[in-house]
Amino acid sequence: MAAMGGDGFELSEEQEEFRKVVRAFAEEVIGPRAAEIDETDEFPWDIHKAMVAQGFLGIGLPEELGGAGGGPLDVCVLIEELARVSGGVSVIPLVNRLAAIPILLAGSDAQKREVVEGLVSGEHQYSYCLTEPGSGSDAAAMSSRAVRDGDGWRLTGQKRFITNAGISDRYVYFAVTDPEGEKGHNITAFLVPGDAPGFSLGRSEKKMGIRGSPTREVFCEDVPLTDADVIGEVHKGFQVALRTLDFARPTVAAQAVGIAQGALDQAVLYVRQREQFGKPIGEFQGIRFMLADMATATEAARLLAYKAASMVAAGDPRTGYFAAMAKTFASDTAMSVTTDAVQLLGGYGYIKDFPVERMMRDAKITQIYEGTNQIQRVVIARSLLHSGGPGRKA
Amino acid sequence: MPLNIAVCVKRVPDTAADKNLDPTDFTLRREPDESILNPVDEVAVEEALRLKEAHGGEVTVVTVGPEAALTKAARRALSMGCDKVVHLSDPVLHGSDAQAIAYALACVLRRGSYDLIVCGSESTDARTSLVPPALAEYLNLPGLFHARTVEVEGDRVRVQREADQGYDVIEGPLPAVVGINWGANEPRYPSFKGIQGAKNKPVESLTAADVGIESTRVGLAGSQSQVLGFAARSAERRRILVDNKDGNAHVKLADFLQEAKLI
Repeated sequence: MAAMGGDGFELSEEQEEFRKVVRAFAEEVIGPRAAEIDETDEFPWDIHKAMVAQGFLGIGLPEELGGAGGGPLDVCVLIEELARVSGGVSVIPLVNRLAAIPILLAGSDAQKREVVEGLVSGEHQYSYCLTEPGSGSDAAAMSSRAVRDGDGWRLTGQKRFITNAGISDRYVYFAVTDPEGEKGHNITAFLVPGDAPGFSLGRSEKKMGIRGSPTREVFCEDVPLTDADVIGEVHKGFQVALRTLDFARPTVAAQAVGIAQGALDQAVLYVRQREQFGKPIGEFQGIRFMLADMATATEAARLLAYKAASMVAAGDPRTGYFAAMAKTFASDTAMSVTTDAVQLLGGYGYIKDFPVERMMRDAKITQIYEGTNQIQRVVIARSLLHSGGPGRKA
Repeated sequence: MPLNIAVCVKRVPDTAADKNLDPTDFTLRREPDESILNPVDEVAVEEALRLKEAHGGEVTVVTVGPEAALTKAARRALSMGCDKVVHLSDPVLHGSDAQAIAYALACVLRRGSYDLIVCGSESTDARTSLVPPALAEYLNLPGLFHARTVEVEGDRVRVQREADQGYDVIEGPLPAVVGINWGANEPRYPSFKGIQGAKNKPVESLTAADVGIESTRVGLAGSQSQVLGFAARSAERRRILVDNKDGNAHVKLADFLQEAKLI
């Protein structure tokens, strides 16, 4: 695991230093705005701008194309520390990266250059459009269609729950290009500009958590596209979509770890100060046992997330297996740790004067998006039972 | 005119960490090492980098102390954008007071031809604010201290020196020593690339003998001030009850806060 430090379980000195920087940035720049972003549900353009200036949108993008360099583990550290303070803000680099991965995996040189330049300069943002009203877990059953039209394509369809739709001006859009073809081998990825004729957006969903990051429907009606807008090979888009999710899942795990850590830190702070029966409640064993379990689960989730991220970096064939476990375990941990944090703060945990109720709401989505935890368990078990074990492609 | 700038930095215990003194020689215990770059020096580094960005030139970090001075303090300055480090480390320096450290720093700085030597006004551990003026004295250079702004024009440097009320504008010829106050700027966060590249920047490691330091003038024995003892500050809580019988509780409260110099 080249990306990890000496003994394979520690981050490098540079990664630890980077963590300190992101933590300071998150606490100083995002912290004072986190509750307000959640309340207003408005995209924090000022924070996006500050993150661009700090180079955060270039982390994990190839240096030779103008990115900041660094690998999946560095991206995990970034997302984790942002999520520790604001789940909503952590979505900004998370979703831009999710949409950049298919391009970096399969796109043309021009597309790669454009995505890196666009994200690094802050001039463009990208969204990933896979889910549809009728196809979530069964993504290959999508009904969006792109048909040949002379030298180009005409795209028609509807996508749902598209993160940062309306904020982004570039959409990685998956559509069936061969309706008669074998399911999953008949899909193509397109890069759709947000100002294309026939492209429009639905209303902004009213979400439980990760607020400040709009989620909207995306409609394409006869949108004209060229071959230059195709990402990778025709009919091979679904494979790119799945590989992308394998690559991105460790970063969702990192987001969940960050949310859990944020809630744990708040809980520790609180139980030291809150006095009942004449002493801080942190002196009581019942409280201590809860904290110990929260901390243990969070550390275990972090290790699994980093392990999966290191596998992405190393191109390990077990990446999908570990990424699914990391995402599942970390998001279940985020849910339980934030729930316990609310419990530890009692009535104060349940009101918006304290951040843990927001963290609990933010945690929930990590069990749902980028593949529900039930689907992850299908992936894990399939890989486990496959002849040859988890190292083989299921 | 490109500026050859030196910025003197110190490692200090993390502001959030517990601090303990060694009961035998009253020096600071540094284990486990949770040192950071002195926050006021971070402001000095930022000021030096801004001057470099405006005028060109380079910024050399100068630090004194064991390995951690390099790995915890100087490297942070490098990751922010400084160009190289001169690191003086020698057991004979252990326990040096502010004046002895200024003497040691002067011995290091004399070897370079710096246009401007920038320091933070104080460290968050010792808080003497003595090093910058003593350094200017040893180097026989003009000293402009407690600066809230720094401007270089031609061969002159001008600062706004913070006073109790308002500020003075003072000016002097280069080369000069400038002490920067907390709050003079908002130090940048190191960039990802800055962090990655910090370890690869040049470091010159020096011993006391390398720079001609007379060992009798440094260390615990060579220091002119000696710490004879220490005691924890009593953190006694006082309760003040402000009554509102005359309807002027707010005035009494304000008077109290003003007397305690809290407002």
